[in-house]
Amino acid sequence: MTAVDLLPPGAILILGGLLVPLLPRRFKPWAGVVLPVLGFMHLLALDRGLVQTLVVFGYELTPVRVDGLSLVFGYVFFIAAILGGIYGLGVRDNVQLVAALTYVGSAIGGIFAGDLITLFIYWELTAVTSVFLVWAGRTKRSARAGMRYLVIQVGSGVILLAGVIFHFVDTGSLDFDKLIGGDGLLGSASIGVLLIFIAFGMKCAFPLLHNWLQDAYPESTATGTVYLSIFTTKMAVYALARGFPGTGALIIIGAIMTAFPIFFAVIENDLRRVLTFSLNNQLGFMVVGIGIGTELAINGTVAYAFANIIFEGLLFMAMGAVLLRTGTCLGSELGGLYKTMPWTAGLCIVGAASISAFPFLSGFVTKPLILDETASGHHVVVYLMLLFASAGVFHHSGIKIPYFAFFAHDSGKRVKEAPPYMLFAMGVMAIMCIGIGVFPEVLYRVLPYPMEYHPYTTTHVITQYQLLLFSALAFVFLQKTGLYPPELRSVNLDFDWTYRRALPTVIGWAVSVGRVVTAAIMVPIRGLVHRTSLLVYRLHGPEGVFARTWTTGSIAFWAVVVLCGYLLYFFAR
Amino acid sequence: MSDHRRGERKYWLDEPRNVNKLVYGLYVICALFALADLFPYKHHLHFGFEYWPGFSSIYGFVSCVALVLAAAQLRKILMRDEDYYDGG
Repeated sequence: MTAVDLLPPGAILILGGLLVPLLPRRFKPWAGVVLPVLGFMHLLALDRGLVQTLVVFGYELTPVRVDGLSLVFGYVFFIAAILGGIYGLGVRDNVQLVAALTYVGSAIGGIFAGDLITLFIYWELTAVTSVFLVWAGRTKRSARAGMRYLVIQVGSGVILLAGVIFHFVDTGSLDFDKLIGGDGLLGSASIGVLLIFIAFGMKCAFPLLHNWLQDAYPESTATGTVYLSIFTTKMAVYALARGFPGTGALIIIGAIMTAFPIFFAVIENDLRRVLTFSLNNQLGFMVVGIGIGTELAINGTVAYAFANIIFEGLLFMAMGAVLLRTGTCLGSELGGLYKTMPWTAGLCIVGAASISAFPFLSGFVTKPLILDETASGHHVVVYLMLLFASAGVFHHSGIKIPYFAFFAHDSGKRVKEAPPYMLFAMGVMAIMCIGIGVFPEVLYRVLPYPMEYHPYTTTHVITQYQLLLFSALAFVFLQKTGLYPPELRSVNLDFDWTYRRALPTVIGWAVSVGRVVTAAIMVPIRGLVHRTSLLVYRLHGPEGVFARTWTTGSIAFWAVVVLCGYLLYFFAR
Repeated sequence: MSDHRRGERKYWLDEPRNVNKLVYGLYVICALFALADLFPYKHHLHFGFEYWPGFSSIYGFVSCVALVLAAAQLRKILMRDEDYYDGG
């Protein structure tokens, strides 16, 4: 084992990231590029199949495990980190730079964790590092959203730890491998495995556990949101793919995830929040793939996660550039930006077309793997839901994002084009979207399982164009007839209403009811306490009988009186 | 596209006629792809209904219209003032 093998992947980013504040101001943002490049080179130097174990307090841990599944995620995480670093070259803020690097490093560490304790450590590290990216928004809203985010993220870690302990007591194993039984049923899983499943589900934004995502991510900075959108949720996808392939419940959960966020996406005004709904929907596709769990479906999930990190990252970058230049991401305030930000607009459209799975772009060669396997498993309803969600993705991400930001009603804003480093990062991502779309074998080759797949069949290309073009037609129809809901400055209630409004209100009621009840009970009690204290005061207070200074003689006298009384009492019996 | 400034360069899309050209272009392309279903090109599909002529086209259109109309109804229940949470 060489020195290279001893260093966990991601460690360079975590340790290096902590040193960033010491750098001269001008060089600081470059750390965000150089460290991921070094980290990537380190990863490439590691051998596939490397397993590094360590015995701590008698427990055997596996801080590093390099295999097919972890490698793909490792590659794409590093690529995204490098491009995120380039995109953020304008950032001089220590908080953001340190948080981003340590966060990315922790997520990468988590991907290569071979045991559940190591996973837990990185799991919590991503939570506490990433919250600083939310807080970096430096608004009152971001402060509060960040706190809610932190509670949920750390909560996920605590549940994970509880699950790991139960699981260890049950099985005596800390290995992070397939946790679900061969039947794929959650019903027959142990309590430990169930808790781990819930912990993963929280970070993967399962329905009703999802809301931290839409709540916190859009409150971060232009660069911060790009980082956030990539790592936490995809680490959770990886963890599910590792621990729960073939879990039937995931097919249903994933199908719901693909469908329900898109309704919110249609009526949401903040375009970065629209993208978080879209991200949630995209995760749904991956979760369905994991639920089906065949080799082809897992390949599909991994390939889609890879492609998604690039095109969703590109979309978040484009909206970040809009935020940087105009100071807002509200659809109601934007429009017509293509006139002065043509490059950003063009690159955004490439990302939008990729997420919509237009042929010759990355979505088209990855998503059908999941769809095909869903159909092969005879899940008709789920298949139709995924088709519906695919059309919906095109509608809210593919059309809505570029249309309301860059076209639509001219807002009159004439801002500068995005800075060159941002355009460069977006450009590379766009090229990757096209590259993967045109040469899918390059991506297929690094997937965990070997496979033969040909996405470009006549049937597939034509039916996909039909689905998408008629979705576009629907958009035109709805716009022309005025049925399309306009962009309005507003907040849409979501599940976070339960803990941001309902719960505080209920607690508020409980407190006021409690106050009334206590007040009613307290009246007699207060009276009693008052009278008792008056009595005590009269006896023990400065003027009280017991507070007088007595002479030694009188003490002796009274002692004799008491003793005599006692004696008399004794004899009287 | 009405309120562009005086003396500013006029863009191709500023002209409503050109926007209409794009829309008509979309109609034509949609029609062509829909007509493709007259030919028996579909192979290796999973479910019988996928072989129906026009399935993908109609499914895409109906999905999106239903999505938007449902979302618009949802707005009536869910939409609140922008600083709804900030006031509380």
